[in-house]
Amino acid sequence: MSVPRHWREEKPRYRLLGEQCAACGARYFPRTPVCACGGTEFRPYKLPEAGKVVSWTVIRSPPEGYEKYTPYVVGLIELDDGMRLLSQLTDVAPEQVKSGMRVEAVLRRVKEDGEAGLIQYGYKFRPVVE
Amino acid sequence: MRNVAIAGVGFTKVGEPWERSVKELFAEAAVAAMKDSGSPAVEALYVANMSGGHLQHQLHLGAMMAEAIGKPGIFATRVEAGQASGGVAFHEGVQAVASGRCDSVLVGGVEKMSDMLPECVASSQATAEDQEYVAFTGVTKTGLSAILHRMYTERFDVKPEDVAMFAVRGHDNAVGCAHAQYPFKLSIERVMASPMEADPIHVMECSAVCDGAAAILLRPAEEVGDCVEVAATEVATDAFSIAQRGDPLTLGAVRRAAEKACASAGVSLGDMDVLEVMDDTTIDGVLCLEGLGFAKRGEGAAFVAAGGTSREGEMPTNTFGGLKARGNPLGATGVYQVAEVVLQLRGAAGPSQVKDARIGMAQSMGGVGSTCSVTILRRG
Repeated sequence: MSVPRHWREEKPRYRLLGEQCAACGARYFPRTPVCACGGTEFRPYKLPEAGKVVSWTVIRSPPEGYEKYTPYVVGLIELDDGMRLLSQLTDVAPEQVKSGMRVEAVLRRVKEDGEAGLIQYGYKFRPVVE
Repeated sequence: MRNVAIAGVGFTKVGEPWERSVKELFAEAAVAAMKDSGSPAVEALYVANMSGGHLQHQLHLGAMMAEAIGKPGIFATRVEAGQASGGVAFHEGVQAVASGRCDSVLVGGVEKMSDMLPECVASSQATAEDQEYVAFTGVTKTGLSAILHRMYTERFDVKPEDVAMFAVRGHDNAVGCAHAQYPFKLSIERVMASPMEADPIHVMECSAVCDGAAAILLRPAEEVGDCVEVAATEVATDAFSIAQRGDPLTLGAVRRAAEKACASAGVSLGDMDVLEVMDDTTIDGVLCLEGLGFAKRGEGAAFVAAGGTSREGEMPTNTFGGLKARGNPLGATGVYQVAEVVLQLRGAAGPSQVKDARIGMAQSMGGVGSTCSVTILRRG
């Protein structure tokens, strides 16, 4: 991913920042230019940083750039406000992941564009220690 | 609007022909379709292709393929809608004839995946997802299907073996099919013993890397006479990511496209004699059956396991093997599906023939349900 492309999404990705439609209240993450209600005015909406694993998989045949992390877990996460997103799970072995498991967001390295390229960070989710 | 006829179909054997280029594959299918129609006339060309930009660094396939089939100068464009590219291109071609704008339209799909290594193919398939919030996680197309697979078996208390039976049924149907990539039987034991591709989906529940091209020549029905006609074709979309859908196990685009197509054709699901559905992985096939309405929610896998989709079953499905066994050359797949339904309705399906098939449906899907096309064909 190019530097400006990564930079454009830095705030939403580092802070779990979505948007809420000023007209109907619908919440979006990632943000969208036009709401399904037709609204084009949005206010920032901060997503909760904890939730649960709805479902998950273990990626064993990765796309380019993710080879050295394989195998890794990607889950569909439902945050405490009901918003959902896809994220890697971290600090947990694949065999320890369970549906319904409580998780929290952390900032982690996601991939590197070669030796001289951009190091890309983003959110991952790890199990909550009760 | 005019009635549209399938004047000709043609396709290549699905496989890994390393010695042949995208152009050669496309031309073989196109020329076969022209020959089948009895006339070489082509006024407009729609090229369905998903990954040429990624796998061959080759775009602008409209003009390139028009020249490759000996028709430089005609209207030509590429249509892309992920793995639904073929179905959507067919839809566009039908509009061009139905509207009266063109009297002979060629819809051809082509994909050549064997040029690149698996990581590159996985990246290429993931381009059908949001790059910044979905593909960025490192998830693959199979990984997204796997997330739905786990939700499905956990919510409806379904045995993974029943989902995996979709692959077994596809291979059963591919036996004797000359253009199939894998025309042999596959046992459920072999499927379940194969390595995990993306847990809980096994390697042998997934379609494989392959190359192929398929083409269909469309003409006004009144000019063709005794033939297979397009009864309806519809395309619908859904929230782009599975994370943005109220219930990711409900494929809304599939349901909407099917309902509109049935209403437009004046038929019901019960009228279908043959069906082609998208089964890039086994769970895709099961969820598509449910989305179309051929099985109730949570009961699709049991329907497949009980033989409901077998050639002699209640709803003969993927009668040439489907994406798993005939093969899934991405952008071409939707065109193969329509061509195969045509063969069934002509009574020209050989060992794959379903007895006295008169009405059939083909369904293709981009992403995990972001785009869906549904086509209904009937014998004229």
